[in-house]
Amino acid sequence: MSGHETALRELPLIGRGHARYDGRAKVTGRAQFAADVVVADPIHAFLLLSTIPRGRIDRIKTDRALVLPGVIDILTHENAPALAAPVSQAAGSATNHQPLIDPDIVFDGQVIGVVLAENFETAREAAALVDIHYVKQPAAVTLDSPGAVTERWSEINQNFEDLEVGDAEKALAEAPVTIDATYHMQSQVHNAMEPFPTTVLWDGDDLIVHEPSQYVVGLQRGVARQLGIDPSRVRIISPYIGGGFGSKLSLTPRTAILAALARKHRRPVKLVATRSQGFTLSTYRGESRHRIRLGATPDGKLTAFAHEAWEMCSRFGAYASASTDLTADMYAAPSILTRVNIVRTDRTTPGFMRGPGEMPYMFALETAMDELAYRLEMDPVELRRLNEPARSPIDGSRFTSRSLVKCFDEAAERFGWRNRNPVPGANRDGDWLVGYGCAAATFPCFNYGGSATVTLLRSGRARVETAASEIGTGAYTALGQVAAELLDLPIENVEVLLGDSLLPPTAPAGGSMQTASTVPAIRLACERIVSRLGNRMPALADLGAAFDRLGTLSIQETAQYAAFDGKNANGGRAVLSTPDGDEPIAIASYGAQFVEVRINARTKELRVPRLVGAFAAGRILNERMALAQYRGGMVWGLSSALFEGLAIDPIQSRVTNTNFEEYAIPVNADVQMVEAILVPEEDHEVNPLGVKGIGEIGIVGVAAAVSNAIFHATGKRLRDLPITLDKLF
Amino acid sequence: MQPITYERPETVEAAVRALGRPETLFVAGGTTVFDLMKVNVLKASHLVDVTRLRDPRLSAIEVSDTAIRLGALVRMADLAAHPGIRAICPLIPLSLDLGASEQIRNMARLGGNVLQRTRCAYFRDTSFEACNKRNPGSGCAALDGHNRQHAILGTSTACIAIYPGDFPQVLAAVDAQVEIAGRQGKPRTIPFTDLHRLPGETPDVETVLKRDELITGFLIPRGPWLRRSLYLKIRDRQSYAFALASAAVALDLAPDGTVREARVGLGGVATVPWRAREAEAALKGNALTEAIAHRAAEAAFAGAVTRSHNHYKIPLGKQTLVRALLGAAAMEV
Ligand SMILES: Cc1cc2nc3c(=O)[nH]c(=O)nc-3n(C[C@H](O)[C@H](O)[C@H](O)COP(=O)(O)OP(=O)(O)OC[C@H]3O[C@@H](n4cnc5c(N)ncnc54)[C@H](O)[C@@H]3O)c2cc1C
Ligand code: SF4
Repeated sequence: MSGHETALRELPLIGRGHARYDGRAKVTGRAQFAADVVVADPIHAFLLLSTIPRGRIDRIKTDRALVLPGVIDILTHENAPALAAPVSQAAGSATNHQPLIDPDIVFDGQVIGVVLAENFETAREAAALVDIHYVKQPAAVTLDSPGAVTERWSEINQNFEDLEVGDAEKALAEAPVTIDATYHMQSQVHNAMEPFPTTVLWDGDDLIVHEPSQYVVGLQRGVARQLGIDPSRVRIISPYIGGGFGSKLSLTPRTAILAALARKHRRPVKLVATRSQGFTLSTYRGESRHRIRLGATPDGKLTAFAHEAWEMCSRFGAYASASTDLTADMYAAPSILTRVNIVRTDRTTPGFMRGPGEMPYMFALETAMDELAYRLEMDPVELRRLNEPARSPIDGSRFTSRSLVKCFDEAAERFGWRNRNPVPGANRDGDWLVGYGCAAATFPCFNYGGSATVTLLRSGRARVETAASEIGTGAYTALGQVAAELLDLPIENVEVLLGDSLLPPTAPAGGSMQTASTVPAIRLACERIVSRLGNRMPALADLGAAFDRLGTLSIQETAQYAAFDGKNANGGRAVLSTPDGDEPIAIASYGAQFVEVRINARTKELRVPRLVGAFAAGRILNERMALAQYRGGMVWGLSSALFEGLAIDPIQSRVTNTNFEEYAIPVNADVQMVEAILVPEEDHEVNPLGVKGIGEIGIVGVAAAVSNAIFHATGKRLRDLPITLDKLF
Repeated sequence: MQPITYERPETVEAAVRALGRPETLFVAGGTTVFDLMKVNVLKASHLVDVTRLRDPRLSAIEVSDTAIRLGALVRMADLAAHPGIRAICPLIPLSLDLGASEQIRNMARLGGNVLQRTRCAYFRDTSFEACNKRNPGSGCAALDGHNRQHAILGTSTACIAIYPGDFPQVLAAVDAQVEIAGRQGKPRTIPFTDLHRLPGETPDVETVLKRDELITGFLIPRGPWLRRSLYLKIRDRQSYAFALASAAVALDLAPDGTVREARVGLGGVATVPWRAREAEAALKGNALTEAIAHRAAEAAFAGAVTRSHNHYKIPLGKQTLVRALLGAAAMEV
């Protein structure tokens, strides 16, 4: 840790629950989201998307659309400007696909044209008048479709290795008790409240982009590269984001295309994509299948763990959430065998979404653990306690901190797990079958590092500036609060500027790492400010005198925090090397989820009256927002368990539910009691503030806890998400 | 933009006359019409807004000793909140409260409600070519497509789309009559169960209404069964979703529990508002036991035809009806 010499105060382990810095602006409508931005004389764009999954555009006729009064231009592959292909890395291209370069259709919902008009309605109407003839080809759009091709992920991604520890096959063959089960989940789409708006305008050679982004610096670089201009000529402005969940983490093809059109027509261009179009503009969580094999002794000690996964991918991209290291690190199995496959289909490339690998991989593992507990006639919590590893089962690394068992104990206590009658199907309340289930949660602590500028004024006001993103998690508040507490100022005195690529670059708001990556930089900047003030932060009343002594009106410090190096993430696990580099250490947050379900014995409607989760994620900066974040995650967990899934037409190989009517997410009535518990955890190694990520762990484990509770209620084991009521008949 | 003209006539005569123009539609609350226009499923160049028609009976809820009359322009929300109706026939507010959302119920009118269009995804998304209802003769994408939501009663090989409403199942169950005004001749009244047509070979023709006919009201004869009535709706989430299965039941029980009269409507499973007369026959004269409720449910679904993804609707539909019948029998009236 740096800065022992400076008397910076220590932050509390659980920080005060200050209300949201931007709460009032949001509820009064003053907060300007990208679609709210008003620019002078914009051209309105409307996208044309393909309506076949695979084939070619034979003919595209725009004459009927072009004569509509108010139509300005229609872009198709025949007249599109040349753009450099997007790079395909994190914060490179989301979909790995640049449309409008040829007549080929490689997925349903691919951008095949952009209509420009004087207003939105005209553009939309013109889009409907464009006449398109396709030559169709058969397409594979599910894991099981004929024509889908399975490849081993380790052969595609040189940085990824499957695990082989001991002889798991032998251990499985010899194990007295085994579980061998396959789990599946349908594709899901982020579906943030705010869809995908973009407004672009040129100021001479400088491009300004108003677009919600979870990583403004990445978007800036990506767009500049596609347009062949220097990144300093591109400014991304994204002060507020109406939810991203990973969909706004990477570059999508729309931005550079719109920028090229704005340049061509010398006018700003504004796009607000529709909800339905949003289903394919960015990435999604691909369908996946998981085979879990567990070997155990009759008293419940694991002897083997095997996890093979198949994840949907596109033909042209390379993405897998590949989280087998995450599951392998959960329990003390002496032998491990994992394998990740991708299945190439005629879909766009999947990407990061709400606990990308953590959610599906842990659904599989944690349901399998429950199956094992029942097989052993053992309490599922005890099974986990019994198999809690002291060190990483993968490579013997130690954990910086790991409070899984504590989370189970606290959540179980609050939930009333002890009173459970374990017999499946035996708990009834009138016409309702009652079931309890639990599951573990975990999330690795990724870290990108970051930078921030902190300015302290003589008046006692301060400003924090960093290119972080406010995706609804409360970044303004958390980052401002850290500076306020370190500089001993009232939080109202601290102004926070985020979401602008002109600000000091920092980690993306993704992978639950932005706060943990950024606050060390803020801390460092504050430390330098305090050191300039004589290594002690004066009382507010004395600040003027202190500044006068220095003969200045403001002190500004920009600091950079370099993340730990070392191989950061294989298989969805985060590892850091110790400063001397000899011993790797695993870093992750842990939690436990408990769920009560009620199922109508006749009609099988499913209600979830209670969700209780306990989480330990190092230092908590703001209690209120952490709880809100966890609870929101748990609601998404419920959503992934019971509601969300693309509906695929097997004949036409197309998605039929690109709307909120049929792509169901829970309404308020579905979400009853959701309780999160903060389990205090001190971690001095993960980073200088001991902050782990809290963004996504709330979603992890809920689906398994729900399916385990359904088993407890009914005796029926459901291994396929989402669990809709038809599956209960 | 395609120009649309709009008028707001004040008399029924003017309204029906206005329908003489081509590409003209009535619009009431607009929650179906505008929705479908935006996605290019409905096309119109002229809209006749009927919400300002001045005849007060069009917006009235009238209760006499023998009948309930509901004007076609009554808002869903207003009928749902009407205390008199709730006391006479709880089935009506129940079915309305469980439909759509508060905002939609504040806009939508009863006349529009009974004429709402199917939620079949292939009908509502013009990027799917085959849909006999939207584009006669083009085929039916749902038959072998994703048909988890689709109908199992009253289907044809041309269309298996669900009739989606909730309140209309009630009208079908309780022997409602529909009052219709037209351009030619006198106003006519027909049984509500005759209003919608089974899809047959022409799923695009959904009702027996002529293009220029306006629904002016609904007449529900009062009977002792209305008090003991309920609506049960089963759906994928607890609110703001269409029924996967629903049952509208009304019972008149003798003091010894024997069913003197039963009225049964089914939703979420059929192509039109569905009256389950076979179920009613199975109930009549019997004590409403679990076994009799099951027998009625068996009778109601005897003719069900399923497709690849909707087999579950047979057990679900039956259990929904059983639960509704037993629930109604247990009501304190
Ligand atoms: C998101 C959503 C969810 C919904 N969920 C439900 C639900 O759960 N349950 C449910 O029952 N409904 C549901 N609905 C449907 C809703 O109830 C109907 O859209 C509404 O009742 C239609 O009434 P309206 O007055 O808005 O009709 P409009 O849209 O104005 O008209 C509908 C049709 O009726 C015609 N019409 C209207 N009035 C007359 C008249 N007096 N005579 C002749 N023709 C007429 C119009 O020309 C048009 O064809 C939902 C709708 C939406 C958008
Ligand atoms: S079920 Fe009816 S509405 Fe749906 S696609 Fe077939 S014909 Fe069209």
